[in-house]
Amino acid sequence: MPFVATVNVMLKDGIADPQGQTIERALPALGFSGVADVRVGKRIRLAVDAADEQEAREQVQQMCERLLSNPVIESYEVTLES
Amino acid sequence: MTITASLHRDLGLTDDEFEQICERLGRDPSYTELAMFSVMWSEHCSYKSSRIHLKKLPTEGAHILVGPGEGAGIIEVAPGVSVAWKAESHNHPSFVEPFNGAATGVGGIVRDILSMGARPIALMDPLRFGPLDDARTRYLVDGVVHGISSYGNSIGVPTVGGEAVFEDCYAENNLVNVACLGVIEHKLMHGRAEGPGNIAILIGSSTGRDGIGGASVLASAEFDETSDEKRPSVQVGDPFSEKLLIEACLELIRDDLIVGLQDLGAGGISCPTSEMTSKAGTGMRVNIDNVHRREPGMEPFEVMISESQERMLVVVEPRHVDAVLAVCTKWEIEANAIGEIVASDRVEIISEGAVVADVPAHALAEEGPVYTRPLARPSWIDELQASPSGDTAPASLESAFMAVLSSPNVASKRWIWEQYDHMIFLGTLLGPGGDAAVIRLPGTEVRVAITCDGPGRYCYLDPYEGARLAVAEAARNVACVGATPLAITNCLNFGNPEKEDVMWQFSETIRGMSDACLRLGTPVTGGNVSFYNETKGRAIYPTPVIGMLGSVPAEAQVRGLAFPTEDEAIVLVGTTDPADFGGSEYAKVVNGTVGGRPPHLDLDKEAALIAFLAHANGSITSSHDLSGGGLCIALTESAIAGGKGFTLDAAGDHTALFSESPSRAIVTCPKNLVGDVIAIAERAGTTALTIGTVGGAELDFGAFSVPLEAAMSAFEGALPNTLSSNIQ
Amino acid sequence: MSTKVGIVVFPGSNCEQDCAKVFGEMGAEPVMVWHADDALPDVDIVVLPGGFAHGDYLRTGALARFSPIMSAVQRHAESGGLTIGICNGFQVLCEAGMLPGALRKNAGLKFLCKWVDLEVVDADSPFTSRATQGQVLRIPINHFEGNWYCEDSVLQGLQERGQILLRYADNPNGSLAAVAGIMNEDKTVFGLMPHPERACEAVLGSEDGRLILGSMIDHVSAKAGV
Repeated sequence: MPFVATVNVMLKDGIADPQGQTIERALPALGFSGVADVRVGKRIRLAVDAADEQEAREQVQQMCERLLSNPVIESYEVTLES
Repeated sequence: MTITASLHRDLGLTDDEFEQICERLGRDPSYTELAMFSVMWSEHCSYKSSRIHLKKLPTEGAHILVGPGEGAGIIEVAPGVSVAWKAESHNHPSFVEPFNGAATGVGGIVRDILSMGARPIALMDPLRFGPLDDARTRYLVDGVVHGISSYGNSIGVPTVGGEAVFEDCYAENNLVNVACLGVIEHKLMHGRAEGPGNIAILIGSSTGRDGIGGASVLASAEFDETSDEKRPSVQVGDPFSEKLLIEACLELIRDDLIVGLQDLGAGGISCPTSEMTSKAGTGMRVNIDNVHRREPGMEPFEVMISESQERMLVVVEPRHVDAVLAVCTKWEIEANAIGEIVASDRVEIISEGAVVADVPAHALAEEGPVYTRPLARPSWIDELQASPSGDTAPASLESAFMAVLSSPNVASKRWIWEQYDHMIFLGTLLGPGGDAAVIRLPGTEVRVAITCDGPGRYCYLDPYEGARLAVAEAARNVACVGATPLAITNCLNFGNPEKEDVMWQFSETIRGMSDACLRLGTPVTGGNVSFYNETKGRAIYPTPVIGMLGSVPAEAQVRGLAFPTEDEAIVLVGTTDPADFGGSEYAKVVNGTVGGRPPHLDLDKEAALIAFLAHANGSITSSHDLSGGGLCIALTESAIAGGKGFTLDAAGDHTALFSESPSRAIVTCPKNLVGDVIAIAERAGTTALTIGTVGGAELDFGAFSVPLEAAMSAFEGALPNTLSSNIQ
Repeated sequence: MSTKVGIVVFPGSNCEQDCAKVFGEMGAEPVMVWHADDALPDVDIVVLPGGFAHGDYLRTGALARFSPIMSAVQRHAESGGLTIGICNGFQVLCEAGMLPGALRKNAGLKFLCKWVDLEVVDADSPFTSRATQGQVLRIPINHFEGNWYCEDSVLQGLQERGQILLRYADNPNGSLAAVAGIMNEDKTVFGLMPHPERACEAVLGSEDGRLILGSMIDHVSAKAGV
């Protein structure tokens, strides 16, 4: 079965995110008030073929552990659509 | 796709040009043919407005191996050692999308150099923007610098210098020029498709719809409110592919596997298929089904004119095809045989078994229209030259000095060049921030100097004088670091050539450049013309950027601008004219004026200064050219670079300190050698005068004094203080 | 017999020729090793040079660690051979788990190419033996992702075992504890963001890089002499 996986990779909580901080500082200058907790991450979309959703999820999680994220500084989230 | 009566106009061709195409073909063109002509006959590719003028430039010299008309000029800098040197512009794409526009500009010039068989070894980036108090300008500066940094650093070519100029006239039309130096690694190559029966192989990135008509559309018309809609025409750069392409091509040349190669730039596949055959007197049958593509459903015309980046066309004898493919596989780049060289003079394009274009190669590549555009000296120029030059004395000399020193045009560009890898190849003997960069060519002890100069304000006031001043300053800059000026490339940035005053500026510029190059012995080896730098009818200053190449004689010392030693004498070489304020930094910053006439240049005096700088090599310990901001800025730059102050012997007024008379330099020498230095200057035909002493922690101008620390923080702080506050 | 130095070339590496030139000038014998090979030639030292291996796409070093040669590099290190990762090479070593931590974007969010001063934290290593503790070395950096990070417990262990060899005098990129270069527990693998090969010639601005590269050559010669 084909699945489309979306992986969101974010810096772990507690790891400084200078990109997020810069955006957070910039937004009030553009008139957006009350902005907080800006974090920048990346989204990876991929198609994967697997027997069922369980297998697809396991495959993508392994990809995340081994390549798509760096567990030292990043966390990830997987969503699947068939 | 059907051809409607006005289709050619949508593609940017005039009715007359359409008639010429029909005449060449003896019939109406197919859609694909029309698309191919539209890019190959665009201003950007055909130089139709500039060609008759460019022909007047001096292009020959004993050391010039290849002049204009090829991928890059080739200059022999030492016996058996040759370099490629060329400048390009990516102005319009960089205004639409600064990061990718600037990045792909780097990619394009690098492939030009590579197409000659040269390894690209140094880049320079002359940039022009509007004033930094505008948020959009700061966004452009940040994006352009990041784009150059991202691409240049990744492909492993050092960016060793450039310029950054901020001026109102560039606010809606930034200039992103780039020059590249290469060294012939194995052998000089030519973009020729020799030998019927040989195979044309397309290597590198896949072909997509990105940049369809990009350079030709963007660079061949003025900007207006709809420019944002042109965004899809901007290409996205992939420096990783470019790096692999460089290594693969150099390996193909090293192993003698290819007959010829050419890059795919503006005009896409249409360009090398027609130019390589036209030069070789051959033809090519191309099956575009074999072009590797990144998206389905592309029409033949889209494949033919797509300006997707990081691609080269190589011509290969059949017996070497497998070996060529193997090298490409090793470097993980795609390669496909797309065509065969044939003994006709035509480019024949086949798609899904049908001939979609069949055109004489020469008609596409060489027989584009040539225009003698009307030109006229504008009436406003008299008024401008008669207006005040802005030489009025300041209320406070010290305040004027601090204002000029922290003007973005004068202040340190470290914020920019620290984002560029300027050290890779271990050859950067002098890097950014000096008069010129000095590069030791890999694997040799041969040293060359390169610099870029384009004084737009001078050219605005008088394009003839401005162009002479540009060449003179560039030559002086390479002479200051110890080199002999050898040859120039150029990037000529102008407004709309269909306007008489712009065309007059252009022709005057060519005349001035020509005179200066002849007198200084620096022929033009090629370059680039960028017209239509206008937005809403407002043109930029005429901005010829001169890229000067020099070679450092084997026995000569490389010299920087930094004051090296306490207690040495500071000698001013050349004569100061107190009236040289037109277009000066002082006039603009202190008096808010751009008017009058540019500084007066005597090319004999300039040649004398250059001769002095060569002959004095053993006696002087530093040298620095006097240009924007005049004597006080040159002294301050040398003091900051050396971390040492100075004391002037006599207090000068604002004319002594800020005049921008050309043909001048400050040099330092041990005090006991002052007599020798002055004698060398006089023998060379110029004058020299001791004006002060290096040392201390103050910049003591006599009339006022500033702590070195304060000057340094104004000079180094101006750009970061403005730019770092920007949205990243 | 001269020291043999294997310089691993990934697609996108760009400092390999510079490393070869400098090691050659120091009397060693450099040889290029292609990333797709699964065995190393007979070498004493392995260099993972600077550059943008695989374009640095996804993350710096993330794809290069899976190149076939990396298993051989790991075995080389495990059997006591020296490995140095410079800049991108350091990033690859961290991604491969051969050194702890990770390299994030510079705190200033800009690429930085500049000379920096480095303090030698520990001179008792095969990579710093020619220097003295506390000595200040002038060596340039050239990176966008040099902001080293690890967890507190890991940092503490590194400090206790003397694995931090170089610190920035004026932290240019926000690295944790101003760390510029670290080695593994076995003292066989060293990674640093600064480029010692760019500081091996007075006309380029400094010769301090020779202290690092020369220490490695000394170590190999000493071992061969035993």
